[in-house]
Amino acid sequence: MSLATFIEFVVNTLSLGSLYALLSLGLVFVFGIMEMVNFAYGEYITVSAYILYLLGINTSLPWPLVFLLGILGGAAISVISEIVAFRPFRGRSVEALLVTSFAVSLILQYTAQITISPRSKPVPLPGFFNQSVNVAGVVTPIRSLLLIAVTVLLLAGFSLLMKKTVLGIAMRAAAEDFTTARLMGVPANLIISCAFAISGVLAGVVAIFWVGRSGSAEPLMGQAPLLISFIVVVIGGMHSLVGSVVGGFIYAAIANVLTLVLPTSLLSFREAIMFAIVIIFLVLKPAGLFRGSYVEERVG
Amino acid sequence: MTPQASQASAAAGLVLSVKDLSVSYGAVAALQDLSLEVAQGELVSLLGVNGAGKSTTLKAIAGVLKPTHGAITFQGQPIGGKTAEAVHKLGISLVPEGRQIFPMLTVAENLRIGAFGSYKAGSFAEDLEDMFQLFPILKQRYRQAGGLLSGGEQQMLAIARGLMARPKLLMLDEPSLGLSPTLVDQIFDLILSLKQRGITILLVEQNAERALQLADRAYLLSTGRVRFAGRPAEMSTQVDIAAVYLGEHGAVGAAVPDGAPAASASSATPGNPAASAGGAA
Repeated sequence: MSLATFIEFVVNTLSLGSLYALLSLGLVFVFGIMEMVNFAYGEYITVSAYILYLLGINTSLPWPLVFLLGILGGAAISVISEIVAFRPFRGRSVEALLVTSFAVSLILQYTAQITISPRSKPVPLPGFFNQSVNVAGVVTPIRSLLLIAVTVLLLAGFSLLMKKTVLGIAMRAAAEDFTTARLMGVPANLIISCAFAISGVLAGVVAIFWVGRSGSAEPLMGQAPLLISFIVVVIGGMHSLVGSVVGGFIYAAIANVLTLVLPTSLLSFREAIMFAIVIIFLVLKPAGLFRGSYVEERVG
Repeated sequence: MTPQASQASAAAGLVLSVKDLSVSYGAVAALQDLSLEVAQGELVSLLGVNGAGKSTTLKAIAGVLKPTHGAITFQGQPIGGKTAEAVHKLGISLVPEGRQIFPMLTVAENLRIGAFGSYKAGSFAEDLEDMFQLFPILKQRYRQAGGLLSGGEQQMLAIARGLMARPKLLMLDEPSLGLSPTLVDQIFDLILSLKQRGITILLVEQNAERALQLADRAYLLSTGRVRFAGRPAEMSTQVDIAAVYLGEHGAVGAAVPDGAPAASASSATPGNPAASAGGAA
């Protein structure tokens, strides 16, 4: 392997891993607190992408503002869907929440199809998103480097939030044992709304870079990231925030290694091989890499 | 509860009044028309075998379980059906059964969550210092994860966490459960010192003998009903406690209504009565 190939591999893995890490963190965050797999999570990305599209087409707002509004839109739809759809079913069965999240997912997909278009729409992005720089002789897209930088900043900020603020400590407490946290006066509504807001912010950031790769928004675009995040979370462990981040980078590394080593004739089977690897992984480590160490002791 | 009764309670210095409380788990009635009262500064013990409804009573008061019937009044204010966080805000702390500390959070973070609703920078530091006085081990372990603490240390952390909110009523659910005899002594000494500080305490215990030594008054529950209420001395003379824990009919004499399924309480929890009787004997 030449040095250039190696650098390319590292940058690709880090940027793709960053995307998957943010993606999975958003999914696992709500799961940790609500014990709910939110199948509408992918559609938060879709909503953010359409906000980028609508603002980009119809307004001449500067791109940082458009990005910010796109991220806030993701957070807003996430929080709204929790209040409107999930809150009435809170405390019921896990299955009820699961089915509700399917419903929210479909409603958002159809809303996009009916109100905008069933076809994909080009999302205008700032020019540097499609430009590249030369890193040690390797042509590297700027957005890959930006994604890595944004991820480092977000994860650092997220880590500070969870460790140093009362809200973060309360969210971790609630993820460990919601009932006991409420007994200590931690309000359930506040914590759950915050969890969905954070999940939505992550979906919004992911949307920017997801659109950055494809250049377009379409109604069903949330399904691929949802599937990926689900697999990553299964690798990393459903109960671990760190696990979802590490799992994202592992998944990206596997994907890129396969791209490098597979002969061209087999490249179209890459996904199938990846899923096979995930299945083998699950057989060997059914709880994922990172177990929430004390989860099995939880009562009630 | 009628308004008149509520006023009467307030006049008598009552902190907590539970009237005709019923709680069900689905079709199973866990509590039936249970009434109890706790006055300011009192230590009241709830005794009974597993499944008698002791923890259910505390959970209903704390807002974890919704009563199907009856009234819970705290300092003259109805709290039945309020959420756990709302009840906590009014000044009731429950130290739950099995400690339920947050094992992945540090001791510091556990204590910080204990003060979540009542946090003020000045009083927090004061309370923290106070907890270190009561539980020196928590100071040594301050930066460690709660899950790394021993069972006794976890119980101390759980009680300290409950105290951080400066509760007007502290409810302790089986604080001595699963601890070594030395630690049980320590925990009961601690409860005594909390009582001497003037904290109003509602104590659920299987260790009936120890709980009766400390209590101002006691309630004996079986199968979701109060079988006896009164002072510990009266209970010792009128009730064969060991027999109650073994689930024998007529152990409480006249206090047990005819046909009360006292025996079913023990048959529902095989193996337990013997262990409980060991503590009571």
